[in-house]
Amino acid sequence: MLKMIDLHSWNTRGLIFTGAIMLALLFLGPTIFDLFTLLKVILFIAMAMLALSLAFIWGFGGILCFGQSAFFGLGGYVYAIAVINMGESTVPILLAIFIPAAFAMLLGYFMFYGRLNDVYLAVVTLAVTLILYAFIRSTSGEEWVIGKARLMGFNGISSIPDPNWPGFPDSLLWPDDKFYVAMALLILVYFGLRFLLRTHFGRVIVAIKENETRAELLGYDVRFYKMITFTIGGGIAGLAGFLLVTFNNFVNPDKFALALAAQIIMWVLIGGVGTLIGPMLGSLALLILYNWLGTQNFAGWLNTYLVFGGIILLFVLAVPQGLQPTAQMLALRYLPWTRPPDADGGSAKIGARERVSSD
Amino acid sequence: MDTAALLIIEVLNGISSLALTCAGLAIIFGMMRVINFAHGEFMMLGGYTTVVATNAGVNIWVSMLILSPLVVGIIGILSERLLIRFFYGRLVDTLIATWGLSLLLIGIVTSIFGNYITGVSAPMGNFSLGQYQLSVYRLVLIGLTVILFVGIYLAFTRTKLGLIARGTMQNPEQASALGISPPKVYMVTFGIGAALTGLAGGLLAPISQIIPTVGFTYVAQAFITVITAGTGAITGTIVASGVFGTVRQLVTYETTPIIGGVSLLIVAVLLLRILPQGITGKIFRRSL
Repeated sequence: MLKMIDLHSWNTRGLIFTGAIMLALLFLGPTIFDLFTLLKVILFIAMAMLALSLAFIWGFGGILCFGQSAFFGLGGYVYAIAVINMGESTVPILLAIFIPAAFAMLLGYFMFYGRLNDVYLAVVTLAVTLILYAFIRSTSGEEWVIGKARLMGFNGISSIPDPNWPGFPDSLLWPDDKFYVAMALLILVYFGLRFLLRTHFGRVIVAIKENETRAELLGYDVRFYKMITFTIGGGIAGLAGFLLVTFNNFVNPDKFALALAAQIIMWVLIGGVGTLIGPMLGSLALLILYNWLGTQNFAGWLNTYLVFGGIILLFVLAVPQGLQPTAQMLALRYLPWTRPPDADGGSAKIGARERVSSD
Repeated sequence: MDTAALLIIEVLNGISSLALTCAGLAIIFGMMRVINFAHGEFMMLGGYTTVVATNAGVNIWVSMLILSPLVVGIIGILSERLLIRFFYGRLVDTLIATWGLSLLLIGIVTSIFGNYITGVSAPMGNFSLGQYQLSVYRLVLIGLTVILFVGIYLAFTRTKLGLIARGTMQNPEQASALGISPPKVYMVTFGIGAALTGLAGGLLAPISQIIPTVGFTYVAQAFITVITAGTGAITGTIVASGVFGTVRQLVTYETTPIIGGVSLLIVAVLLLRILPQGITGKIFRRSL
């Protein structure tokens, strides 16, 4: 436990630095951004949270999920349906976390206890997303009603009530409040994951990712640990889905779509598999790029698939580690002052490797 | 009576189109163990080749049976040379690289043809079965699927090239020591797999709608089927297609196509839970 607060360690310094920036953003956000930008930032936060969920299960759990958008969309829909029926948002928010998590656990049970790996996992999660997407799109008929909520098929559910403060059904969240809540949740999830990774559980799942057989021979039930990792990822994605709904009180089947599933993988790939900050920044960068492309007229032949495909190929061929580890490596090599203070010249390289593998 | 006959034809149709969808993947993924997530896009390209060639005045049979496999085979070999060969042996990287390739291909096709639905009408007209009208082409498709799979099986088991290909997949070093160049074998086999995928895309074009993103609908079910098939890729794919095609078509008949798709997935997940090694891990163990 003492090692956790070692101020000389690079990881602790990095965490303090990250925390400081995130806290500054939390408190200054509504002051620096105008209302329009602030709402957009809430969207970015929701997506960053989504990126975190995959960054965790892929980068640290070794589970490449092609259907992370399934849990995201599920979270959004669960929240929407529940809040429309209940008229109060505390329970719906919890449901938006727990139902996707439970769904992930069920799916995880079949996949991990069936010993599915790599491509098998990718395909099953992909298929689940595709089917959920097709299913929710087909619910436009009158008969698709859950309580008071009509599912509305591909039109999506609109005018979803704003969330309220827990226990006070009449005091709704203003845009500023929404931002505070979203940012606070992001900080909570980020540091929660960081903490989790330093606990026994976190070390075991990383050990499983590094060498499944060895972890198994040491007596850990790989299937169980993977299922729990996947469940946590599903819950976080569901929470992100709720945040997205608060952004514009709207949810539609596109949240399940393959295009989004592909983007999530790109965020993690670009930011760096095995890091948490990188994917969040990756999501931010790509969303800004995406918005910018949408405002440009020069590109009649240019479309998102072309850009996304090109970016994925570029990264997988040229920068396979992702931006964060690459930046760290370059900084350590060319900027001497970024080297860990406790490392002499000879061990700087080892330090570099440690940092890359542990964010 | 008519309804029963119709249902049987529907089921056979479901099986044959699923098996066609999987034929190329059975070779590329089932035998070579190369994960090609652009499989659906190869089919889409096959479909577009048929549509474009037919609309340009080429005989539809020529465009389906010759042009589609040719075009997609060439694209497949190019992809293998320029991209996929760098990732052999690295599963997850192959997965992501081919996923990028798949998006890129969709992007290119969207740029050229636009995001519209196209298609060709099926040749050979209809015949009537009692009160039902059925397309003759669908029956021909069942026959073509049988011929195709018999052909693949014979090519891999009875010819020298097939023997070389299987030997190289099993033990590249040994093959190399015997004077065979594994990279060349991989390239050719990948090309054949891609060509078969293009052929499937072409053959299915008249009975499906073609849009740039149509590949998404194929890739998941194709992978699920070939994974369920297990190590004996060809035999396993036929058996798995039989099981899944029947289940999906019957459920679709009773409910909706979407629930039919869900049933396919559920059966697949349950099957893999019972038979983690796939169908040919338990039965037909010595088959190809």
